[in-house]
Amino acid sequence: MLSYILRRTMIMIPMIILISMVSFLIITLPPGSYIDSYLANLQRMGGEVEQSRADALADRYGLNDPIYEQYWKWVKGFPSGNFGMVFSEERPVMDVIQERIGFTILISVLTLLFTWILSIPIGIYSAVKQYSFGDYFFTFFGFLGVSIPNFLLAIIIMFTGLRFFGVNLSGLMPAAYMGEPWTLAKIAEVLKRIWVPVVVVGTAGMAGLIRIMRAEMLDQLRQPYIQMARSKGVDEIKVIIKYAARIAVNPLISTVGWLLPQIISGGTIAGIVLGLPTLGPKLYDALKIQDMYLAGTIIFINIVLILIGTLLSDILLALVDPRIRYD
Amino acid sequence: MKNNDILLEVDNLRTYFDTRRGLAKAVDGVSFDLYKGETLGIVGESGCGKSITSLSILNLVPQPKGKIHGGEIKLHREDEVVDIAKLKRTGKKMKDIRRKDSAMIFQDPMSSLSPVYTVGSQIMEGIMLSHDVDKVEAREMAIEMLRKVGISPAEQRINDYPYQLSGGMNQRAMIAVALASNPNLLIADEPTTALDVTVEAQILELMAELQQEYQMSIMFISHDLDVIGEISDRVVVMYTGKVVEVAEVEELFYNPSHPYTQGLLQSIPKIGRKKELKPISGSVPQIYNLPDACHFAPRCPHRMDICTKKEPPTFDLGGGHQAKCWLYEEGGENNEG
Ligand code: SF4
Repeated sequence: MLSYILRRTMIMIPMIILISMVSFLIITLPPGSYIDSYLANLQRMGGEVEQSRADALADRYGLNDPIYEQYWKWVKGFPSGNFGMVFSEERPVMDVIQERIGFTILISVLTLLFTWILSIPIGIYSAVKQYSFGDYFFTFFGFLGVSIPNFLLAIIIMFTGLRFFGVNLSGLMPAAYMGEPWTLAKIAEVLKRIWVPVVVVGTAGMAGLIRIMRAEMLDQLRQPYIQMARSKGVDEIKVIIKYAARIAVNPLISTVGWLLPQIISGGTIAGIVLGLPTLGPKLYDALKIQDMYLAGTIIFINIVLILIGTLLSDILLALVDPRIRYD
Repeated sequence: MKNNDILLEVDNLRTYFDTRRGLAKAVDGVSFDLYKGETLGIVGESGCGKSITSLSILNLVPQPKGKIHGGEIKLHREDEVVDIAKLKRTGKKMKDIRRKDSAMIFQDPMSSLSPVYTVGSQIMEGIMLSHDVDKVEAREMAIEMLRKVGISPAEQRINDYPYQLSGGMNQRAMIAVALASNPNLLIADEPTTALDVTVEAQILELMAELQQEYQMSIMFISHDLDVIGEISDRVVVMYTGKVVEVAEVEELFYNPSHPYTQGLLQSIPKIGRKKELKPISGSVPQIYNLPDACHFAPRCPHRMDICTKKEPPTFDLGGGHQAKCWLYEEGGENNEG
């Protein structure tokens, strides 16, 4: 097992190098550069920029160098944690990421827990009570959750909060707390709001999980080993949990790793609507104004997360299913 | 036989399925007795209700569509007689019966054990449900059990997962799981159908040995008359959810009375085995809305006028031999069945 993980990790090194190239290629593909869109923006707002200042900026960031030199300049900082500069904020990419990664991970993990803790029991229930009122009820709400666009649900919740309860739910905390040290009051404010993105993003994924869990459960409940367990006199609840659900949940567990990249890309739109201090909206902004190093780094991290996620999935699946071996 | 030799009395059992096409009378008025220590073969083509009969006895009819609609399944326990047909399927009493009195083995050895638990833990689970022992003792007993069913080296195999065993070994493991509770009644639903002929012979031999050792009754369900002939003391022949003939095994083979049984016997190939029964021209009728008549009439070479007008009752032919066929009308009528 250990040597398997080691082997897989070794293979990841050349892949990561390749990914860094692809990420860089993606962000340099669009015509023009940050300077161009910066100038265009200024001009649109009626500002005047001298060409010499623009040239100076381009020079400083090496935007006129050949592409391989730019690439090299970018990646050679990676080992020391230097991912280049954020043009629009004139500070290191690492700063922006550090600032936002905490909330990004927190919201993602909470969303994951929220969907799983609800979906799995509901899926089990729906399968055991197939075609019952409860089964139809959850199916209906599940699909409602998928069909309502994230941003709409976010707006509905924010509107309801403001209109009927008089609370502003956008962002994760009132402006007064931003940049302040963590106090109990600040934590309370965050807790008061953080459920909004969790519910908004979570409901979208729930129906799918419920359907998978329900289908897997139905499949397992038909297996002869279920009747065998019952014929031994095993309690029905144990037959359902220890026997059927134990196997039905395997395909879900094996996809946990794939959810890793969603830490960044999931909930981008909800993040924008809700004004969340997470990485998704930042990537969107960066792409819009061609803030290339920031965008490139976020894309790069995202793809690396896919790699790690896949490895994690394989390891998890091997752990939960004795039939799978690692050689 | 004397009454205290009876383990199980099935009387007018009716198990129906509520399907989209209507009420399917999978088991429709089945009656038979099972004596202590005997092997009762139940034979018939697929869909004749033999498996549903066996599942009814353990109250394991597939939900929510299947249901025992009537009849009695009287199990003679140590100090009481229980009618299983009246018990709640997940009730306490039913569980107690499944834990201590009965056991079942199924057709497909590879899918009848959970793939994610070791063979040992699945045997131990049954032992701990039926005996008052701790884990260490249960493990010892499980190893002993594996030895008995011929899985060796038992001390190591106990940690194997089902996928690490062959089909035949898995069937032995399943028998070990079933017999771990030391049951009086073993129901075997086509236990050798998925195995090749050599392994089948070994498993049949093993079952006969264990029956001697445990003094249990076996209900052996199969579509294969050959296998039934090899292992059974008495045989019940089923057709469209009804018992059409009951007889001791030799009587049945040398003196088959029901035209359906006669057809089955003629279709056995003399050499070689594992042939599907294709007895008589025509096919088994669907079990929806069957008329009040002999259901075998469309395929029967001895059909008479009355056969299509009225369902034949069960006639007693003497010596425990019964046939549900109008040919035996003078023989004296038994109760309707
Ligand atoms: S009752 Fe009539 S049709 Fe049915 S088996 Fe007997 S002879 Fe044949």
